[in-house]
Amino acid sequence: MGPLAAAYTTVTIAPPARWGGFGLRELWEARELLYFMTKRELQIRYKQSLFGVSWAVLQPLVYAFVFALFFGRLVNVPSDGFPYPIFALTALVPWIFVSQSVSQAAGSLVGDANLLGKVYFPRLVIPLAKVTSFLIDLVIALCVLGLFVALYGQSPSVGLLALPVFLLLGFVTALGAGTLLATLNVRYRDVTVAIPLLIQLWLFATPVIYPGSLISGAWQHVYALNPMVSVIDGVRWGLIGADAPALVDVAISAAAAIVLLVAGTAYFRRAERFFADII
Amino acid sequence: MTGRDVAIRAEGVSKRYRLGELSGGYELLSEAIMKRARSLGRRREPREDFWALQDIDFEVARGETFGIIGHNGAGKSTLLKVLSRVTPPTTGRIEVSGRVGALLEVGTGFNQELTGRENVYLNGAILGMGRAEIGRKFDEIVAFAEVERFIDTPVKRYSSGMYLRLAFAVAAHLEPEILIVDEVLSVGDLAFQEKCLGRMERVAGEGRTVLFVSHNLTAVQALCPRSMLLSRGRKIAEGPTPEVIGEYVSSVRTESASDLSGRLDRGGSGRFRFESIRFESSGEPIDMPVTGAPLEVVLSYATGDGRPVRSPTLAVTVYTILGALILNLESHTAGARLTELPPRGELRCRIPRLPLPAGRYAINVFGTAGSEVADWVQRAAELTVGEGDFYGSGQRSRTRPCSSSTTGSCAAPTRRPELWCSRSSHRRSTPRRTSTRRSTAWPRCGRRTSIS
Repeated sequence: MGPLAAAYTTVTIAPPARWGGFGLRELWEARELLYFMTKRELQIRYKQSLFGVSWAVLQPLVYAFVFALFFGRLVNVPSDGFPYPIFALTALVPWIFVSQSVSQAAGSLVGDANLLGKVYFPRLVIPLAKVTSFLIDLVIALCVLGLFVALYGQSPSVGLLALPVFLLLGFVTALGAGTLLATLNVRYRDVTVAIPLLIQLWLFATPVIYPGSLISGAWQHVYALNPMVSVIDGVRWGLIGADAPALVDVAISAAAAIVLLVAGTAYFRRAERFFADII
Repeated sequence: MTGRDVAIRAEGVSKRYRLGELSGGYELLSEAIMKRARSLGRRREPREDFWALQDIDFEVARGETFGIIGHNGAGKSTLLKVLSRVTPPTTGRIEVSGRVGALLEVGTGFNQELTGRENVYLNGAILGMGRAEIGRKFDEIVAFAEVERFIDTPVKRYSSGMYLRLAFAVAAHLEPEILIVDEVLSVGDLAFQEKCLGRMERVAGEGRTVLFVSHNLTAVQALCPRSMLLSRGRKIAEGPTPEVIGEYVSSVRTESASDLSGRLDRGGSGRFRFESIRFESSGEPIDMPVTGAPLEVVLSYATGDGRPVRSPTLAVTVYTILGALILNLESHTAGARLTELPPRGELRCRIPRLPLPAGRYAINVFGTAGSEVADWVQRAAELTVGEGDFYGSGQRSRTRPCSSSTTGSCAAPTRRPELWCSRSSHRRSTPRRTSTRRSTAWPRCGRRTSIS
């Protein structure tokens, strides 16, 4: 099918309307671009690096070791009766996926400024490719995590079947927060500086170091507004047989994540037409 | 459907930039908040607007090769950005029928760390090609770029020529229904440029629509039967290319003295700065010198601190549009020994008989004070040389068919060599050869100062 044989499609270029939809169809048509952009992320990240892809595993392992040493041994943070290292590691794997996705996606538009100013393609591909590239890291880390679960003699529960759902929740959260911050970053470069701080604060609002069971009563529902609470509770439930998260809290988390994604992409879509002018 | 015959129809297209946004639109959040807070209860300050495009109408028929010419800052690039949907217009509308491929800048999206092969796929995808399509054209792209041996080497190890060739090769194989080309012909060596032009003509010959933007008037004339001239964001002329180029050349004349004082893209310590550059012939200000006639390049300069400049040297270098150095006029090699310059004044570089064939050139100016580089401005001015009689023989040059009689038909793909005969004529009559024999043709840099 030569391009000339195809019927001509007419595009009208006009001043932007207030709202032009999410552009999902266009995004779908750009799926091969997404593939290559994701591949680019992975290639750049692991080229000329000594450890290569093993970084995806090394990072959560080192954190788990340090956390186990300080919080598990020295401070004696409770861990719901699980060995602290595996307790921390199960949370660190999804946490590192989301936090890295968010911080990298937030800087992605500014990083690809020359592309934005020169070529047209669905802009959402840029932050999306960042997040999907960390999805590959996540899969690798999960495999190693499974190994450690067995090593520590923990047994998964039925919740394992729901694991993809919780990971999807993490993906939605990362993409939502990532696109929101990326858009803000185009106009306000404060975001670049603020992100490490935001991620640190977010870590303390998420049951990575400590168990979520420390928060009780009605506060649990407020706590669940942070989607990462359900993501990590869900992963711990599935992999090491911790208590299942309450359905209400999962629903609250899911709603919060969806609102974040819709708001983030809507803001992104409204701002994207002027990226080339202000970046 | 807009009908089969029209590929692009633009109506009343304007693009406004807020002046603050031109110099990097991003700001710090704190600044934004402060601004809002200050403007509370007050009317918003009227912001300064800059119209990069104003009320542009044009139509390009399917299969047509259409040229867009204009000075730097005329709005050409903005128009292309609007057409390729990188930035939206402020008013007006454009209907584009067919897949658009834009070669706005080759190598966009190339990544230094990736290999040639990886970059071909990535860049192809960014430009809008599918994976299968790139796979099909891969060998052809690599062969076109002549980088077969290095295709699995990271492009950061490429020479700049290889890099540009590969980047252009990807873009050239895009095969869109509408191709937008901006100045890509100024990359690579002459042989490669020839190849690129050939490729473009083939695209045009296949019935595709091509929008061609260039400073290279010869190429525009050769490729585009019809063109449009932009100036300060407005359309000044549209029609057959020779007529539009005529308009362009006359508009060059009205802007002869180039002001350099506002130029920020310059090098040097700033011990003194060139403020303007203009051309004179036999004491008269001129815009278009002719071959063989006297030419004076007049540079006015000023020091920042009012102190005189000790042992300065001055160089005026002339480049072809393609960036090849063709004349190097240095005061010290010409034997002009300058001991001291007053804080302000004019420097004159006199060329008794201009040894350049008709065409367009770029001029760089360079000044030193003692051993330090004081000022260095690239493309300080453009020089358009008219045809003249260098040898005083009364004969006109015959080596430039494109600019004289065959313009209309040059666009036919079969006439490709004609475009190049003018290029090679530049080469053949390089003034170095003719003028070394006649030492009088070499310039002398003199000094005439006017204290102000």
